[in-house]
Amino acid sequence: MAGRAWFWKDEGKAMKATVTVMLKQGVLDPQGEAVKSALGTLGFGGIQGVRQGKVIELDLADGTTEADVTAMCEKLLANTVIESYRVEIGA
Amino acid sequence: MKAAVLVFPGSNCDRDLAVAFQQAGFSVDMVWHKDTGLPDGIDIVGVPGGFSYGDYLRCGAIAAQSPIMRAVADHAGRGGYVLGICNGFQVLCETRLLPGALMRNAGLKFVCRMQGLTVKTADSAFTAGYAAGQAIDVPIAHHDGNYVIDADGLAHLEGEDRIAFTYRGNPNGAVADIAGVLSANRRVLGLMPHPERVVDASHGGTDGAAMFTSLADTLVTA
Repeated sequence: MAGRAWFWKDEGKAMKATVTVMLKQGVLDPQGEAVKSALGTLGFGGIQGVRQGKVIELDLADGTTEADVTAMCEKLLANTVIESYRVEIGA
Repeated sequence: MKAAVLVFPGSNCDRDLAVAFQQAGFSVDMVWHKDTGLPDGIDIVGVPGGFSYGDYLRCGAIAAQSPIMRAVADHAGRGGYVLGICNGFQVLCETRLLPGALMRNAGLKFVCRMQGLTVKTADSAFTAGYAAGQAIDVPIAHHDGNYVIDADGLAHLEGEDRIAFTYRGNPNGAVADIAGVLSANRRVLGLMPHPERVVDASHGGTDGAAMFTSLADTLVTA
């Protein structure tokens, strides 16, 4: 991982973390339900369910680890009472 | 008796809350969110309604990380009183001073109207001026008041008599009609309705006044 990070740094590109925050399964998502209903109104019948979440992109400074991003999720980016999150690290 | 009322960027019920405390006999300090400490001798902290930080990320999430909230958590940890109303309730849930979370209203609409409530417990400094089971009318005005807590958490709240108020006719989908909850030590209350908006006959109601007068009674005799 360190080697790849060095490669990206060499290219002048920051590492990116993409955090996807979704309501936990079992928590009713009223916005997703409304989107599903609107899709049905438009004639799109092939939908069984819609869940709406959010995507947060972070440009990481050198040395910021996935563990750091996880700590950010736990402390601020997600409310773990109702939300789950997924972290992807990439260029 | 001293109350502190917090002011965040986007707070809009801070002055109403200050007036409600003053009418009950409190002296009130307004405290800016960037302050790192509360003034000396504060008995109760009011976290007001509004749209702190524009409700960015989640309602109350950014305010919960502000410097003053560390001081409020310390105050609560020492057994100090805290009252969070509407956005203030959201902030207290985000800081984990209260359990659960507040989600988008089930009907997706901002709800602004007079709302019937049931006082579920008179066993707190906030509700001692009411009778358990009493029906009161208090305004609500929120988009994210849909209280969510897991089954275990709900069982704790019910078993420990920590549900302070419930809605009569659920306006937002809240679990078990919950409008307000108490902390384990009963000294932190968060609620979505606005008692500070019904403390004077000119408001069109006075059902909120007993909250502030019973707080004053408790703190005078303490």
